[in-house]
Amino acid sequence: MATLSDVQLLCDHCGETCTDNSITNGDKYFCCQGCKLVYEILNENDLCEYYSLNNKPGVAQRIPVRKDKFAFLDDEKIQQQLLQFRDDQQTHVTFYIPYIHCSSCLWLLENLHRLDPGVQKVTVNFTRKEAQVVFRQSQTSLRKVVETLTSIGYEPYISLEDLQQKKPRVQRDLIYRIGVAGCCFGNIMLLSFPEYFSGHSYSDPKLNLLFRYLNLLLSLPVFFYSAQVFFRSAWSSLKAGFLNIDVPIVLAIIVTFVRSLSDVFSGHGAGYFDSMTGIVFFMLAGRILQEKTYQGLSFDRDYTAYFPIAVSVIKAGKEIPTALPDIKINDSLLIHNDELIPADGILIKGHAVVDYSFVTGESLPVRKSVGEIVYAGGKQLEGNIEIMTIKEVAQSYLTSLWNREEIKNPVAKEASFIHLLSRYFTWVVLWIAVITATYWWVYEPARIWPAVTAVLIIACPCALLLAASFTNGHILRILSRHRLYLRNAAAIERLARINHIVFDKTGTLTSKTISTANYIGLPLTPDQTAAVASLAAQSSHPLSQSIAANYGNNDRLPVRGFKSVTSQGISGWVQEHFIEMGSAAFVDAPKLVTTDGSTVFVAIDGQVTGYYSIGNQFREGMPVLLKQLQKKYALSLLSGDNNREMPYLRTLLGPSSTLLFTQQPQDKLNYIIQLQQQGNRVLMIGDGLNDAGALKQSDVGISIAENSNNFTPASDGILEAAQLPQLPHFIKICKANKRIIIISFIISLIYNITGLFFAVQGILSPLTAAILMPASSISIVLITYGLSEWADRH
Amino acid sequence: MTWPSFVINYYTMSVIIILLGASLLVALFFLAAFIWSVKNGQFEDSFSPAHRVLFEDKPAVHICKKSCDNKNCKSAICKN
Repeated sequence: MATLSDVQLLCDHCGETCTDNSITNGDKYFCCQGCKLVYEILNENDLCEYYSLNNKPGVAQRIPVRKDKFAFLDDEKIQQQLLQFRDDQQTHVTFYIPYIHCSSCLWLLENLHRLDPGVQKVTVNFTRKEAQVVFRQSQTSLRKVVETLTSIGYEPYISLEDLQQKKPRVQRDLIYRIGVAGCCFGNIMLLSFPEYFSGHSYSDPKLNLLFRYLNLLLSLPVFFYSAQVFFRSAWSSLKAGFLNIDVPIVLAIIVTFVRSLSDVFSGHGAGYFDSMTGIVFFMLAGRILQEKTYQGLSFDRDYTAYFPIAVSVIKAGKEIPTALPDIKINDSLLIHNDELIPADGILIKGHAVVDYSFVTGESLPVRKSVGEIVYAGGKQLEGNIEIMTIKEVAQSYLTSLWNREEIKNPVAKEASFIHLLSRYFTWVVLWIAVITATYWWVYEPARIWPAVTAVLIIACPCALLLAASFTNGHILRILSRHRLYLRNAAAIERLARINHIVFDKTGTLTSKTISTANYIGLPLTPDQTAAVASLAAQSSHPLSQSIAANYGNNDRLPVRGFKSVTSQGISGWVQEHFIEMGSAAFVDAPKLVTTDGSTVFVAIDGQVTGYYSIGNQFREGMPVLLKQLQKKYALSLLSGDNNREMPYLRTLLGPSSTLLFTQQPQDKLNYIIQLQQQGNRVLMIGDGLNDAGALKQSDVGISIAENSNNFTPASDGILEAAQLPQLPHFIKICKANKRIIIISFIISLIYNITGLFFAVQGILSPLTAAILMPASSISIVLITYGLSEWADRH
Repeated sequence: MTWPSFVINYYTMSVIIILLGASLLVALFFLAAFIWSVKNGQFEDSFSPAHRVLFEDKPAVHICKKSCDNKNCKSAICKN
């Protein structure tokens, strides 16, 4: 009997627990053949430095990759869409490789040329988890490169999305603009210094004149290039018949610029070039902070990111890899084990065991026999099947969700309160300007021009915009520190205002990976339990795995005569008992009323003793979270599963909550629309594609990711699963956002009023403006930073 | 508009003007350097370059030694 030593054996490749010590190479132990294979390849090529850079850096290779999986990469048409560049000599292509996670990965990938001499160069972008590969097509091929990458455990993720659109490149435009603005602003400040002290004897009037013209020159790129962002935004808002905050700001920038030009040309003064360039610089900084993007994340995924790029079509007995958009009705598709069904079709060959959790949220696999319809989005779990398509990919049941009007043209979400506030502000400023003008018209008409322009300059709502963009930026950063990644600043405000929270069950409230197996039936002795667990450990079926996991990973007994019948069950001898586990039919058990795919019957020596009921486990902290949320928000639960857990969920979510079961993706979407029509502001929390419609329709849709490698559907935010219990805190931070903006705005108003005091009298000197402007900007930056940190702690 | 008088007697300020030109040139140089570095993608990935520099680049000849007796050696420069 081969019991393991007490010390847990960890795989030398990936660091996961080894179930036994049978897989070895030299003094290394591995958890699976896949890990061993990778080690051997690296060892043969003297690439073992991979293991010395980091401890056990690999990724588990338990699920082998099918041999011809990448045959479609030989197809010229598909290649063309994937490649970035190709000439007679070489080809450039960029792969998204989700497994990139440490410096070992970096090292190994950039040494790929040692495994495949045709590869010339690999450059890894770690943040984006991308590898750019340059290779000579005369020596290797796209398929070979991908297969080499896969053989060492770095399988590129190639999806239908890659075929349809080019990924948007990083936006560098704002960075250039702020660079120019910063350079000009700094130099103008320097050149303005003599002017500030021009009242004193130690400045030379001739030099001052030179400095003024230089300032004018330096302000041109700021006005015509850097500030263009604001001009464009103001213009588009005017065209749409809506006054956003950029309109008064643009007005102020133009007035400042014109006033300064007239000052310099007429020789009256130096103008306010320093203030103007400074404000543009600070506002650009705020905008960049607020529009920070998370490079590793995507908020716009639809089904194409989940679907494979190609599938095998059987034509005249041959498998031909075909790109998904080229699949026609009545094609017969060969779906391999663990592949996604790309289009609705009729099963014509094989036993289908389809996992529809993607589409419906129902966690248990569904069995289908020949002649039945299988829907796109399901994943075939056991063996290969053939289906005949009855609909094209884009017209299938799941994908047609994206053809709906609500999804294609979402209703414009509410405008931020900043714009409303800026409108009042603008009116007040205009009134002050009019009153000032009337006053000076009566007493000293010569002063109208300087006084009115000064009022417009000083009272630009830049402070409000700065307060808003810096606060939003800080809040986004704080939330991302807690692993809630919001798509943009507008989502903060909407999250603060929600009053109804809708949860998905499977994968959101429950964990996707951890499941529990409850045994119901005649009591088992510890020996019997160990025997059952040992048998279950032999099978890779998810249900057997969760039964085995229930008893820990130690002390496995040897199993003789192990037999596995696909989609039926497993059997084998453990010590002197013959154990069978599987469906009711497999062990000859009486059918139960509640029989579904999650029940595994156990028979010992031909005697049925009972069954395991396997369910998903609720995430840690869910009862506390739901109890907390009940007090403030209306709660709903939409589940694709059946209602067998209804009583428990009712106690979790409280008596006033709405629980809906067997919800299809369309039903979920409709429910959200219905809530919104009743005037609710809805936060939807879900995962998977089955929630995609609801996530998009809701006021704020947050998708849950188990880890950052997970794919999440289009949403306003991505939240790491472990952080879900902190949700009330996140909403609180978002609520603080508005308060912080208003507080810092009021503080900046004090600066504005001080400035106005000088402005209405027509004696606003460039020095006063030059002190007030950066002082108010910097204090806003500091105040927003301090207050948002404080909001996070309390 | 009157023609600035400094044009006439700028010799008195020539030092300042030279310095001014120099300082603006330096500023422009740094602006150009900044734009170049952004265009070059130097701010996009802060992880890879920092770690890449620590890798020991083994010269290709050492990859497979003469004494390599591995029959399955697939290394591109294996002598055997």
